[in-house]
Order: sequence, then C-alpha cells, then structure tokens
Amino acid sequence: MLELSRVSVDYGGFTAVEHVDITVEKGELVVLLGSNGAGKSTIFNAISGLQKPSEGQIVFEETLLQGVAPDKIVQSGIVQCAEDRKLFPQMTVKENLIMGAYIHRRKRKQVNSSLEEVFELFPILYEKRANAAGSLSGGQQQMLAIGRALMAKPKLMLLDEPSIGLAPLIVEQMFEVIQKINKDGTTVLLAEQNAFAALKIADRGYVFESGSIVVKGTSEELLANDTVRRAYIGA
Amino acid sequence: MGSLLKKRGWIIGFILAAVLFPFLSQNDYFLHIMTLAFIWMIAVYGLNLLAGYTGYLSLAHAGFFAIGAYALGLLTVKAGLNYWVSLVLACLLTSAIGAVVGLVALRTREHFFAIYTLCVGYIIYLVIDKWDSLTGGVRGLIGIPAPTNIGPLSFETPLSQYYLILFFLLLTVFVMYRIVHSLTGRTFIAIRNSEDLAQTIGISTMKNKLLVFVISTFFAGLAGALYASFIRFIGPDIGYITIIFDLLTYLLVGGIGTLAGPIVGTFLIVTVSQSLQFLQDYRMLIFGPLLTLLIIFYPRGIVGAYHDWRMKSWAKKKKQTEKKQKYVQQQSRETEKKIKEG
Repeated sequence: MLELSRVSVDYGGFTAVEHVDITVEKGELVVLLGSNGAGKSTIFNAISGLQKPSEGQIVFEETLLQGVAPDKIVQSGIVQCAEDRKLFPQMTVKENLIMGAYIHRRKRKQVNSSLEEVFELFPILYEKRANAAGSLSGGQQQMLAIGRALMAKPKLMLLDEPSIGLAPLIVEQMFEVIQKINKDGTTVLLAEQNAFAALKIADRGYVFESGSIVVKGTSEELLANDTVRRAYIGA
Repeated sequence: MGSLLKKRGWIIGFILAAVLFPFLSQNDYFLHIMTLAFIWMIAVYGLNLLAGYTGYLSLAHAGFFAIGAYALGLLTVKAGLNYWVSLVLACLLTSAIGAVVGLVALRTREHFFAIYTLCVGYIIYLVIDKWDSLTGGVRGLIGIPAPTNIGPLSFETPLSQYYLILFFLLLTVFVMYRIVHSLTGRTFIAIRNSEDLAQTIGISTMKNKLLVFVISTFFAGLAGALYASFIRFIGPDIGYITIIFDLLTYLLVGGIGTLAGPIVGTFLIVTVSQSLQFLQDYRMLIFGPLLTLLIIFYPRGIVGAYHDWRMKSWAKKKKQTEKKQKYVQQQSRETEKKIKEG
C-alpha cells in the first residue's frame, strides 16, 4: 500500500534520514521505533508532503507522491496525526472534529455519521463537545487528535507518538483504541518510543537509529531481539 | 441561546444608535465625521479578516483603498460611466489587482509578508502620485459625482449619504459574520493557528489564503470607492503609508480577530481624536503611550479583553454553582444517613 524506497531527507546540509526503506501492506499496523531525533517525525512529514525528500521515492497505492501538495495527499487517503497533539485550541471539540473532515466538507451526512463514530469511540469527547479544545487534559487532547484524524476517513493513518507525556493507564487505553481502529480497517503506521506497548499491538516494526533503520522484523522477532530489548525495553 | 440573544442585543443596539444618531445630534459636522468613520470601519473589516482571522498582516491595504477610490473616480469622471456600475467595477478591479499581488505576496510569511506588502502599498502610492496623465498626480481628481438615484431614492444630501454608507457597513458586518461562522472562516482560523497543521488535515493553504486576500482587498476597494463619492475629491495621499497605520490602530484598539473590534476601535479613536482636536499633532503624545499600554496589557484590544472578562466571570459562576450543588448533595446525603441511623 505504502512503499518508501531509499528515502533521504535533508535539513539544509544536515541529513535527518538516510536511505530508508519501509513497506506497509493494507490492513497492517506497523511501528517505527526510535529515540528522540532518530528521524521518525521526519519520515512522517516526508510521507504527508510537508518535507520534500532529497532522494528516493514514496509510492502510495501505485501513485508516486513526489511533488504532490499536502492537501492532495490527504485527499488520496493518508492522514497524519501529528506529535504533541496539535489542535485548534480556541475551537470547540466538535469544531475541531468537523475541521478534520475538511476534505469531505460537501458530504454532510457522512460527516455527521463519522462524528457519531468518533463519539462512540471516545465518549468523553461527546461530553466535552462544546468545550474549547485547549481546556482538555492531555489524554483527552490526544483522543481528540486521533478522532480528528479519523474524521478524514483515512486509508492510512500516521500516528506520531500518541503515548508521549500521558499517564500509564491512559497509554494503555490509547493503544487499545489504536488496535481497534486498525481492526476496523484503517492501516496504521505508528511512531513510538514506548517499544513494549507498541510491539504488543503491532504486526511488524522498524527500529531507527540516527536516521537509518538498524533492525526490522515482525513484532515477535523484535521483542526477542537483544539490541531492541536492551535499548528500548530495558531487559 | 442566552448568549445569542445577548449578541443580538448588541447588534440591535448598535443599529438603533446608528439609525437614530442623525436625529439626536442635528449637527452636519458630526454627521460628516460619523459617515467617514463608517467608511474606515468597512476598510478595517477587510483588514481584520486577513490580519486578524488568517494571521497575515497586510500593510498594502491603504494602497487597495486608493485603488478603489481612483477606480471609481476615473470610471465616473473620465469614462463617464454610471455610478453604480463604476462602484461594482471599482470593487472588482481592486480585488483583481489583489489577486495578482496575493499570488506573489502570500509566498512569504509573517514579517516578510508585512514588509513585502508595505512595499506594494508604497508602490501603489507612487504609481498614483506619478502617473499624471491618468490620475492627475498631486493635483488629484475633482468632481467625482455623488451616488446617482435608485428609483425614488436620491443620495444628494449628507443625511442620505450617511444612511447609504451605514447600509454598506451593515452589509459588510453581515458578510463578515457569515464568513467567520462558516467552515471557510474556521479554515482561515486554522491557517492562522498553524499552516502545517492546516495542511495535514487537507486544507489547501494557498487557495484559501488567496481567497481571503481577495475578499479583504474587495472590502478595502469598496471603502475607497465610497470615500471617493462621499468626499468628491481624492488625492494620492489617501494611499499613503500613514493611512494603513491609522487602519491598523483602529483594529488593534478595537480588537484584532474579533467581530466587533473594527466598529469599537474606529469609533473610539475617531471620536477621541476629534475631541482632542485642539491639541493638534500633540494628540499623538497621548495616543502613542496609550496604544503601547493597550498592546502590552490587552493584546486582543478592547473587545478581546471584554471576551476574556466574560469567559472568566462565566467560569467563576459555573464553579460556584457546582460548589453549591455539591454542598446540597452532601447535605441531603447526610440527612439521609441520619434518617437511616435514626
């Protein structure tokens, strides 16, 4: 479904990501593991068109994503749920969600039914629907960010560190929800530092270190891999 | 619902005050000042949509104001077209030039955008000032006709002009209200919030920025055209840099990115500066420090500060009622317990 081949991204002379190959099949839940600054977010920005790769190709459903504008990429079915839960803080929860369905703005019925689905997935958002997004707690903001991404009805969802800065109990809930979203038919590419929790729900994973992939494999393989265990799980 | 009624109350109050004003004051000079203030308000609304709601501070709007004024002046005086046709054409011409300028200017951001548009505004002024054969240069353009009659309505008297321009102001406010409360308006706010984020939810930022730029210049042009037919004489200085800073001051004082801001700010500054007329240019000694203080303590202007105050008192009230409810619940629980025990 998504294929990155030998993708490199430069930030003015500094190479953030070098020769990365990633494939994601339809229906999979794939995780990118790596510490801060390993290049996970850069890869996401390259896929969603915010950052131009200096080398390599990104292909989504047989179309090359080179030079395609970010809004066209969203229309083709890739939606990024950015790190640090970027929301529209002055807008209400409901307005944030409706903004998420921007590309479907002409299909009012569909927007309403997606709204109901998101409220079903996150009942707390329904309770807080009239509150300003900026007034929510960290966990609720993350739910809203995921909910807003779902409103676009993506084929592929890019989730950047959904567990960052959340309480352990909330993290567990978040991963359950992500698994449910995946089971309901959305392909998910997840970037995480929380390797153990992420590998528990993922099919496959890639391990990043300073801009390149060092290990890849199925979740079982990675959980059993010594380097991964030492670096990310602490065992 | 309550807040909507209250909002309606404000709007109805403003309309009533504006409609009744000529009967209460009976002074042609004040009527003149108010009509001019209404024209500035229309221009400030245009600027507000772009600078306040979308986050692109354009300093070219005095230029667009002048384009609207000169377009109307030239079309009526030199081409001899009907006033209303010229008015429509003047607005369209201004927005067309706005579209061309926007295509280039909107590739820059923040202070670069402000500096770029400042230069564009100055170039527009220079073109008007130097293009003697078309614009009359420093001599200006005289003999611009007043709005022609529509059926039985004539716009010869200052009073009728006052109402005509009030009508255009109300129309502008209505259009702004509709835009700001629509998905398009929220798209502009999303762009102000973060352009990257807007793009990741599928908003074409360039298309929307161009749209808001064109709408914004349309209203600058409308204000300019109305100015030309109200004052009946225009010179190149209406496009000069000082005008855009006047507009910006009105907007900042009233509240940037608020719907009532342009009316409140313009009205306040125009009336205060009128009543301080005897101080001549020393007025600025008072205005300068006041404006600085306002921006430090109330960056969202008077209307923004009022909104914040309302939100705070609302939250306080909510907290108090919650406390009361909790207390009542506790009391009833305790009495229940007592009854059970007793």
